[in-house]
Amino acid sequence: MQSLSHTLHQIYARFLPEPNMETLFWLSVTLAVFALGVRLQIRLGRAPWANPVLFAIAFVALGLLITETPYGTYFQSVKIINFLLGPATVALAIPLADSIRLVTRSLPAMTLALLAGSITSVVSGVLLVLLLGGSHDVALSMAPKAVTTPIAIAITTQIGGIPALTAAFAILGGIIAAMIGETTLRRLGITDWRAHGLAAGIAGSGIAAAQVAQRDPVGAAFAALGIGLNGLVTAIIVPLILYFLPG
Amino acid sequence: MPEAFLILILFQLVGSALQTVLHLPVPGPVIGMFLLAAALLWKRSRTRTDKPASSFDSPALSSLSRSLIACLGLLFVPAGVGLVTQMPVLLANGLPIAVALFGSTLLGLMVTAFVMHKATRDRPSPERIPDTGGQVL
Repeated sequence: MQSLSHTLHQIYARFLPEPNMETLFWLSVTLAVFALGVRLQIRLGRAPWANPVLFAIAFVALGLLITETPYGTYFQSVKIINFLLGPATVALAIPLADSIRLVTRSLPAMTLALLAGSITSVVSGVLLVLLLGGSHDVALSMAPKAVTTPIAIAITTQIGGIPALTAAFAILGGIIAAMIGETTLRRLGITDWRAHGLAAGIAGSGIAAAQVAQRDPVGAAFAALGIGLNGLVTAIIVPLILYFLPG
Repeated sequence: MPEAFLILILFQLVGSALQTVLHLPVPGPVIGMFLLAAALLWKRSRTRTDKPASSFDSPALSSLSRSLIACLGLLFVPAGVGLVTQMPVLLANGLPIAVALFGSTLLGLMVTAFVMHKATRDRPSPERIPDTGGQVL
């Protein structure tokens, strides 16, 4: 294993000496592995547990390990992908504007559910980490984990959490929500797609929303809203809640 | 297409500028998102449906945003791979992380859906379950 890793590293060092080649190589690897992950998920009947983001992260991490490439070098190569998170966040304005009629009809209920869900997510996340003896960094990074990742990373940067940890928590939380969301809520006797969609958007952001969107268009609209509005609400309440929490 | 991308970038720029100048707790792209949504709604309220769509609220902007949102997952990968640098922290806090992630996500889901369910007066719309081919938004 050690010698295999060494050989691969030598091949890597021999053929990718130029920064430009390195950028092209890691961009190709990232895109290819993600595309493969998407195909695999479709092949598995769109199973929520076969998440392409997790798949891509695992294989790129393995690639970094066997070519002995530092994460800094990799991130430098693919930072154009990371940059697109900003415009993609702004792009969420379009589904938000498109579904405005549905919102105004159930505005009071939505406002209540949004506040209750946001506060529950932030407080329970931070408290559970602290109660079980987790470090302060981890608790801070856990606070915005239910928000869609571009917003969560921005919030965590602002409050002093670790962006990479928050990204991982947001993705893992989204997968958990997508896997258990619908069955849990049906067991509670909730069949309204507005509630299913909003809950997925607020507690699990993009990954859980994708799961609901495959099932019902009304659920999709409310999931999109949950993502957008939860971003705003959480960005405002996280600094407030952290001000009052111990530590 | 270039105009559509320009609109997204410009709104992100304005949002980020506002955040810096006013010291807002909300990240710049999020401010940009709400500004763009407000601008679209304002534009649509002034435009009659029988008139042609304005160059600003264009089909190009819709399709670009749909493409960006459709590959949102890919955009998380570079930051997500940063997990390798966090392995010591993750392993040292394995139990609190696992319990907090699972418990907090479950609680958030149940509280949101329960409040929404109780506070919604009108009856739920009938269930329709089409397969949209995995397209999210």
